[in-house]
Amino acid sequence: MKENSALERLYNGILKENPTFVLMLGMCPTLAVTTSAINGLGMGLTTAAVLALSNLLISLLRRVIPDKVRIPAFIVIIASFVTMAQLLLEAYLPELNEALGVYIPLIVVNCIILGRAEAYAYSHGPVSSLFDGIGMGLGFSLALTCIGAVRELLGTGTCFGLRVMPDGYVPIGIFVLAPGAFFVLAALTALRNLFYNRRDAKGSGGTSEQKRGCAGDCLHCDVEVIDLNGEGKE
Amino acid sequence: METIKDLLMILVSSSLVSNVVLSRFLGLCPFLGVSKKINTAAGMGGAIVFVITLSSGIAGAIYQFLLVPFHLEYLQTIVFILVIAALVQFVEMFLKKYVKALYQALGVYLPLITTNCAVLGVALTNVQKEYGILAGMVNGFATALGFLIAIVILAGLREKMACNDIPSAFRGMPSVLLTAGLMAIAFCGFSGLL
Repeated sequence: MKENSALERLYNGILKENPTFVLMLGMCPTLAVTTSAINGLGMGLTTAAVLALSNLLISLLRRVIPDKVRIPAFIVIIASFVTMAQLLLEAYLPELNEALGVYIPLIVVNCIILGRAEAYAYSHGPVSSLFDGIGMGLGFSLALTCIGAVRELLGTGTCFGLRVMPDGYVPIGIFVLAPGAFFVLAALTALRNLFYNRRDAKGSGGTSEQKRGCAGDCLHCDVEVIDLNGEGKE
Repeated sequence: METIKDLLMILVSSSLVSNVVLSRFLGLCPFLGVSKKINTAAGMGGAIVFVITLSSGIAGAIYQFLLVPFHLEYLQTIVFILVIAALVQFVEMFLKKYVKALYQALGVYLPLITTNCAVLGVALTNVQKEYGILAGMVNGFATALGFLIAIVILAGLREKMACNDIPSAFRGMPSVLLTAGLMAIAFCGFSGLL
């Protein structure tokens, strides 16, 4: 696939550099709103819309924004889109808005968005930036929906609100509570590690990006890196 | 006006019962990233206590005296994030110039806090729950205190875990997440307090 083509960007965001499972970005909403598959999907799509639009606008304005104040400029652009999204949700999907609560305005500090603005949109053309945003957003939605579905299935025996488990199944309530979020994410990350460890053993070593586990402030990422692949530096 | 009893209730509920990281999932980023050693964890926690208490007071004042009178409540997200970013920069410069000792203790962690969702989260929750400025500051302090408690405990556990033999797939992040999950179960026990 051609570098920076629309299709390549989508593939990159959804699979190759999936923001949740590979880059480990945006952990807070990932754990907080995934009590059910539908909440995860709603949060994912809202973030995707904000991400795609802010990527597009930042890319269009990249020659206008002075280099020194680019971060505040990004934040203002992102915050404007988030406010729009919040008002739209309040008007048209009040139930979802209620369920996601304070995490909708907190999309502003979701580091996937600022990270993509800084790493991609600011240095690439508008079309590929838009698709980069859509790809990353869909990757994020997919991850959130997966985690949400697992937690909903184990915690209440339903999936997207439909009962799928047999009647005899006793729901494990803890999976829809806070601790369950940590356990499900730990299990999924361990699965991913298992997969990558095998691949690394075959000799196609992971890139440095796959080891990036800052899960946080991307701008000042000089924190001690969490070692995803367990090869301790000490 | 808030009575002392209300403020105490906020203090207990925000710091222990609905702990900021373990039950509301805010500020997970530094919680997972800077919790390898107790010293650095405590430094980060201290910086967060300082910034959140200050920023929730200032954000509350701006909301009450600027946004509400001009009916600009819908701008809260944009205004709060800019205020927090500016405040962190300002605090950093101020400490560097006048309070050298504190700067040396907290300095490294301050820039990391700007995009910490706990700071913005507290400011927004204060508005949502209609806390006044004083109650907002108490809520901010209590939330940050909860963060400090959680991150120091996690760092302590991670120091102990560092020399354990963990299955390779669970090394690094997954084992930390599992530990955090167990801590979250323990913190569920506090829900009987209120």
